[in-house]
Amino acid sequence: MKIISTQGLTHLYSKGTPFEVAAIRDISVDIEEGALVGIIGATGSGKSTFIQHLNGILKPEAGKVYLEGRDIWEDKKSIRETRFKVGLCFQYPEYQLFEETVYKDISFGPRNMKLPQDEIDRRVRTAADYVGLGEEALGKSPFDLSGGEKRRAAIAGVMAMEPKVLILDEPTAGLDPSGRRKILKLIADYRVRTGSTVILVSHSMEDVAALATSVILMHRSSVVMQGTVEEVFTQGGLLKSMGLNVPQVTEIFEGLRARGLPVSDRIFTIEQGLDELLRFYGKEAVR
Amino acid sequence: MQDSILCFQDVSYTYEGAAPGAQPAVRHLNLDVSRGEFVAVIGRNGSGKSTLAKLTNAILVPGSGSVRVNGMDTADEKMLYEIRRYVGMVFQNPDNQIVATIVEDDIAFGPENLGIPPAEIRRRVDEALREVGMYDFRFREPFRLSGGQKQRVAIAGVLAMQTECMVLDEPTAMLDPGGRLEVMKTVSRLNREKGITVVHITHFMEEAAMADRVVVMDKGSIVLTGTPREVFTQVPVIKAAGLDIPQATELAFLLNKNGVDIGCDILTVQEFVEAAAKAAEAAR
Repeated sequence: MKIISTQGLTHLYSKGTPFEVAAIRDISVDIEEGALVGIIGATGSGKSTFIQHLNGILKPEAGKVYLEGRDIWEDKKSIRETRFKVGLCFQYPEYQLFEETVYKDISFGPRNMKLPQDEIDRRVRTAADYVGLGEEALGKSPFDLSGGEKRRAAIAGVMAMEPKVLILDEPTAGLDPSGRRKILKLIADYRVRTGSTVILVSHSMEDVAALATSVILMHRSSVVMQGTVEEVFTQGGLLKSMGLNVPQVTEIFEGLRARGLPVSDRIFTIEQGLDELLRFYGKEAVR
Repeated sequence: MQDSILCFQDVSYTYEGAAPGAQPAVRHLNLDVSRGEFVAVIGRNGSGKSTLAKLTNAILVPGSGSVRVNGMDTADEKMLYEIRRYVGMVFQNPDNQIVATIVEDDIAFGPENLGIPPAEIRRRVDEALREVGMYDFRFREPFRLSGGQKQRVAIAGVLAMQTECMVLDEPTAMLDPGGRLEVMKTVSRLNREKGITVVHITHFMEEAAMADRVVVMDKGSIVLTGTPREVFTQVPVIKAAGLDIPQATELAFLLNKNGVDIGCDILTVQEFVEAAAKAAEAAR
């Protein structure tokens, strides 16, 4: 079932001035319930503008956004509801932490939803658990957390609204490799535990290739491709021409094939690469 | 040590306001960077990398020990201007380091503050813009540039100061893959062709693999240093420091572990392909 779909979505910046530019143009995509959709595209390709339409932060100049089959702008009063159903976590969300304690910060969304106190409490604790923040962290000031912990606390704040769709804009930017791995794992686990739909905007082709069930490729304000990881990351030349790339391991297999080695051209993660090469060299995996 | 441009001797630094008993951000750090060298610094968040960067040009001054820039002690306030001119910094967020509304004005900002004659400023600005491939953008508004272009403008700003050493603190963290490549190509060319000393802090292991030397930091100390090949083949040490290795290196490491001998000193895609082809040949 489609949870979100857009039709002919268009947004202009600086409308009516000589600087008018289309930030996004004629975007029609379908997002399946429970999917993990990766959105890739160079800086300025329209990714952030696009996702801000999905929960009604931006209103389309033309075109429609449907959430569970209903036009989100059909009834203006329901837009608040939409924002609870589609949770958006911005880039560097830790800059938006502001409360005295981590607990209060995570509870900000549920409090706005005017939920009963015990439900708020349940949600805060569940969300903290999703992101691996323990009891002792909840009482701390968010400013006493490490960089990676702050990021996770901010993500928990969106998760605590228990949105049907969780959108994350570059959740791993600026984190060290182990912090990155932690965030990616918690996103994957969250999706499995809650069955919710996740949309992940990322500049890391490795992360998208490892996690996504489908990929949206944006270029110069438009969606140029929506497909599986395989369909998108086998287009190395196209991706490079758009300021992107493929995972390094995929590049390795392109190189091996160019050297005439009969190996698969569908390798997007280290694990896949190892299995394929062990098969190629006729070895059993011992790990 | 006459060719040492940056010299850290037993440097420790604790931030003001740090909790009592907190570990220093850097402790007993010793590091020599030679003129013309390209050093990459890697380490997990909070390992002291940015503190190290700020100690290089007296944004921070050591609590104990000393930092010398071309022989000048960074604790010596009289040398401050000279040190800052000598060591230029580029930071992570391109939007936080651009001050003017036109690209060329932004690059002129530094030299203007030094009181350099206008004709000389003009010459330096044009040259710096050409060095980073942004000359055609000199009349643009910086906020309309891409992330990679903004960082190249920031690098040009450093060049216009006739800096000899450039310290880049995660300059690619906020960029897309194309922007990252642009910046890395510019940095490595400036290092190779103009002999500019580079200290490059990054979370991208592929970028660190481009350096002459990699310094691995953890808990405020240097835990490993060597050529990229020496460092990235220490897989357990690297992983224990919360870091990663380039995918090519990791795949080679895993293959070796599984009985496919393709050598364990592979850093790049090209090297991997060569080694794998050779191993296939041998198996035939």
